[in-house]
Amino acid sequence: MTADLPILSMTTWLPILGSVLVLGSGDKAPAVTKWLAVGFAVATFLVSVPLYTAFQPGTAEMQFVEKAAWIPAFDVNYHMGVDGISMPLILLTTFVTILVIIAGWEVIQYKPAQYMAAFLFMEGVMVGVFSALDAVLFYVFWEAMLIPMFLIIGVWGGPNRVYATIKFFLYTFLGSVFMLVALIYMYTKSGSFEILEFHRLQLGMKEQVLIFIAFLLAFAVKVPMWPVHTWLPDAHVEAPTGGSVILAAIMLKIGGYGFLRFSLPIAPDASNQLDLMIIAMSLIAVVYIGFVALVQEDMKKLIAYSSISHMGFVTLGFFIVFIIMARPDAHGGAALGVQGGMVQMISHGFISAAMFLCVGVLYDRMHSRMIADYGGVVNTMPWFAAFMVFFAMANAGLPGTSGFVGEFMVILASFRADFWYAFLAATTLIIGAAYTLWMVKRVVFGEVANHHVAELQDINRREFLVLGALALAVLALGLWPQPLIEVMDASVEHLLRHVAVSKL
Amino acid sequence: MPLDLHSLMPALPEMVLLAAASAILVLDLFLEDRQRVVTYVLSLVALVAAIAAALMVRGDGTQIILAGSFIRDPLADALKVAMYVIGLLAFVYARGYLESRALFKGEYYVLGLFAILGMSVMISAGSFLTAYLGLELLALSLYALVAFDRDSGSGPEAAMKYFVLGALASGLLLYGISMVYGATGALDFATVNRMLRSVDAERTVLVFGLVFVVIGIAFKFGAVPFHMWVPDVYQGAPTPVTLFVGSAPKIAAFALAMRMLVDGLGPLQADWQGMLLILAVLSMALGNVVAIAQTNIKRMLAYSTIAHVGFIFLGLLSGTTDGRAAAMFYAIVYALMAAGGFGVLILLSRHGFDAENIDDLRGLNKRSSWYAAMMMLILFSMAGVPPTAGFFAKLFVLKAVIDVDMVLLAGVAVFFSIIGAFYYLRVIKVMYFDEPVETAPLQAPGEAKWVLSLNGLSILYLGIFPASLLSACLAAVA
Repeated sequence: MTADLPILSMTTWLPILGSVLVLGSGDKAPAVTKWLAVGFAVATFLVSVPLYTAFQPGTAEMQFVEKAAWIPAFDVNYHMGVDGISMPLILLTTFVTILVIIAGWEVIQYKPAQYMAAFLFMEGVMVGVFSALDAVLFYVFWEAMLIPMFLIIGVWGGPNRVYATIKFFLYTFLGSVFMLVALIYMYTKSGSFEILEFHRLQLGMKEQVLIFIAFLLAFAVKVPMWPVHTWLPDAHVEAPTGGSVILAAIMLKIGGYGFLRFSLPIAPDASNQLDLMIIAMSLIAVVYIGFVALVQEDMKKLIAYSSISHMGFVTLGFFIVFIIMARPDAHGGAALGVQGGMVQMISHGFISAAMFLCVGVLYDRMHSRMIADYGGVVNTMPWFAAFMVFFAMANAGLPGTSGFVGEFMVILASFRADFWYAFLAATTLIIGAAYTLWMVKRVVFGEVANHHVAELQDINRREFLVLGALALAVLALGLWPQPLIEVMDASVEHLLRHVAVSKL
Repeated sequence: MPLDLHSLMPALPEMVLLAAASAILVLDLFLEDRQRVVTYVLSLVALVAAIAAALMVRGDGTQIILAGSFIRDPLADALKVAMYVIGLLAFVYARGYLESRALFKGEYYVLGLFAILGMSVMISAGSFLTAYLGLELLALSLYALVAFDRDSGSGPEAAMKYFVLGALASGLLLYGISMVYGATGALDFATVNRMLRSVDAERTVLVFGLVFVVIGIAFKFGAVPFHMWVPDVYQGAPTPVTLFVGSAPKIAAFALAMRMLVDGLGPLQADWQGMLLILAVLSMALGNVVAIAQTNIKRMLAYSTIAHVGFIFLGLLSGTTDGRAAAMFYAIVYALMAAGGFGVLILLSRHGFDAENIDDLRGLNKRSSWYAAMMMLILFSMAGVPPTAGFFAKLFVLKAVIDVDMVLLAGVAVFFSIIGAFYYLRVIKVMYFDEPVETAPLQAPGEAKWVLSLNGLSILYLGIFPASLLSACLAAVA
């Protein structure tokens, strides 16, 4: 019986144990180090699979719950558990980490042990963030995530890495410390650090607004939402490929997850009150940042801005529900918005990972991320070009890929709220297609631009494996999103029922 | 009253220390320079014996001896053990540095033992005079220690500043004590406390005295605006002395504040709360902001100390048991971090070279990734990033502050800790992202390396399992 095993703890601590061992293996035998790292990543993924297979989709209760006293004096517990909202994100984490470690196989020459260890450690704490049901535990994992990312960007990053990584750290730190104050405040009100206890806590409007803003600072920086997004392009551009992948595929999702786990259920009235502000910020991200992406000359920067724009859909989907719920005739659409946002998060996890890996493949060969340095790559790298075009299509929201499903659901939900929200959101289908396909056109198609491109080698088996796995995931989720939606259905319904009840 | 030796048992750790320090002082005269290691080992043995004595006499109740001037209670037990352990760390780290500079004299250890004895007396002080006595014993030993490297220019200069300012602060403290004595007619904390509660004492005189007592405490902590000596002493003193000055005395200063403000002047809490609030906010603001501008790492850590002191004051001023426990947790964790941080600097120094500037840590990850990791743990802990002990220290203090409805103050505190994060990150940046300027292997005695590793790992351990130390602190202040 798998339910008896502490699966969440195993998924959290196995990679952390792995990172210690990998670190201990040192740099004397890089092959051993790498196989050890991959071994732990794969083992972690296998351990996490029962989270899906043994999951009970019909209930919104927390599952795979583990609870032990941690700091008894202040009633802090080691309390883990997942519902339909966090479980898919954990699987996304364990899946993407394998690819990231494989992607760094030959590329990372400087201290590979520390590199691999940093990613394994990060995997563990990210799983911890998604499964923590205790606020202190959540916060510890949330902040611990910064340390390896800080080092990954700073040690293995590009020329301007120091600026980028310190900016990244301080931005996120700034956002999260006020969340800590809010968490402690709620502890003094409720006498417990249980997140589910916070959900039930009755709070006045003023308190809710302040708590909402404290959370907003933390999550908006992480997502990132306009106007606190400026750290992301810098971090992405300077980070090594693996760092960009983890950043885009998972760390951004933690911000979105935070909205669902904290902001909405803890401060429903404040969320309702301030929904227009968030919707406006989301639409600015979708439209304005889309235009910003259009003019980028650096591929990584372009994808970074595209990420911000796509994450705008996530927050739009989460907060559009308040407008829908305010209309008595359209209750059914509310769930669609949240589910669309969730699907968008998972889908963006695959697509952004794939796009950054594609850029990484080119960068490893040419050591340039500038669009202008490329042209006609399809002539020398046909396999690679096929993948890149496919992922670009997915990024632009082509039906049949996962990119379409989430965006479509959110746009559909927006229609039930207000035509103009949906109209603005739908412009992304045009802008997104424009910046992505234009980039592909300039990089992949056309005449061979220069002799560097002419000398390019097509992707090897390792790269094929990584990109192929992601392509399968993108297709599967695009053609058959039903399993994912089923898994989260009960939890989303429960969340919306909870949010609909005023705490005032 | 006939002196019954058995009744002096609660003071056993102090007696052990005094006997050992005196014996080592004499013995050291008969040792040649190459035998100096005997002094070193004996000093360590003395500290271990003191720890054993403190553990032996510990208990739940409070014992008051010598007509109320000496107290042994759970608070004293816990703080003494913590302080002796930090003292041990300081002694072990110091050896390699002192040997490589022909400073390996018995005086360092004897003065250190007397300083520890002084702190021990402060921790167990039952009256204002005992506290003052312990404080002066500590201060005089430290003045001499700071000037220990007498051929260097900066050491004696720092000692001179320290001495002048320290003497002034002691004078102010004594003046404050005399006011309190004038108003209550008593010197021992229990009686003063009782008088303040029952009798309608002369309030003006009391608050006047309280101001001076708080100034004295703030000076010993190095809180703004009484912090001027801290950067100069930290920078001027030889690194092992800086380590000593910067770590264990914080625990003793916490004890001093607990004894004087809580045990003695507790009924005046409404008055000293506001004073500590101002000191705390100023310390966090100035410490964190000015630290950014430093290029000398010892000076940077000095300003960082000032900022940390602000946090300790936050815990104290909340006035609750949880708050005091949080402040105690913070003080102990801080002492541990400071010892480790300066320990790494000592490790990087060798004959003719002192690791003093932030740039001296350049590329440490390439030279020794293990000690770079230890230093990184310490720095992240100082910045309050989990999973390190420094995070929980800040969490508990913030919780105590929010408990008494000072949410805004908590907001101010976290705001300044973001500013603080920057300069810690800069040191990590230098260690991990920059190329090393020199590649000489690290030289240090084996035991120092082991102890340093233990020190760093203990910070990680307390960051994952803080419950044991926290419950010890809660039990001690209850």
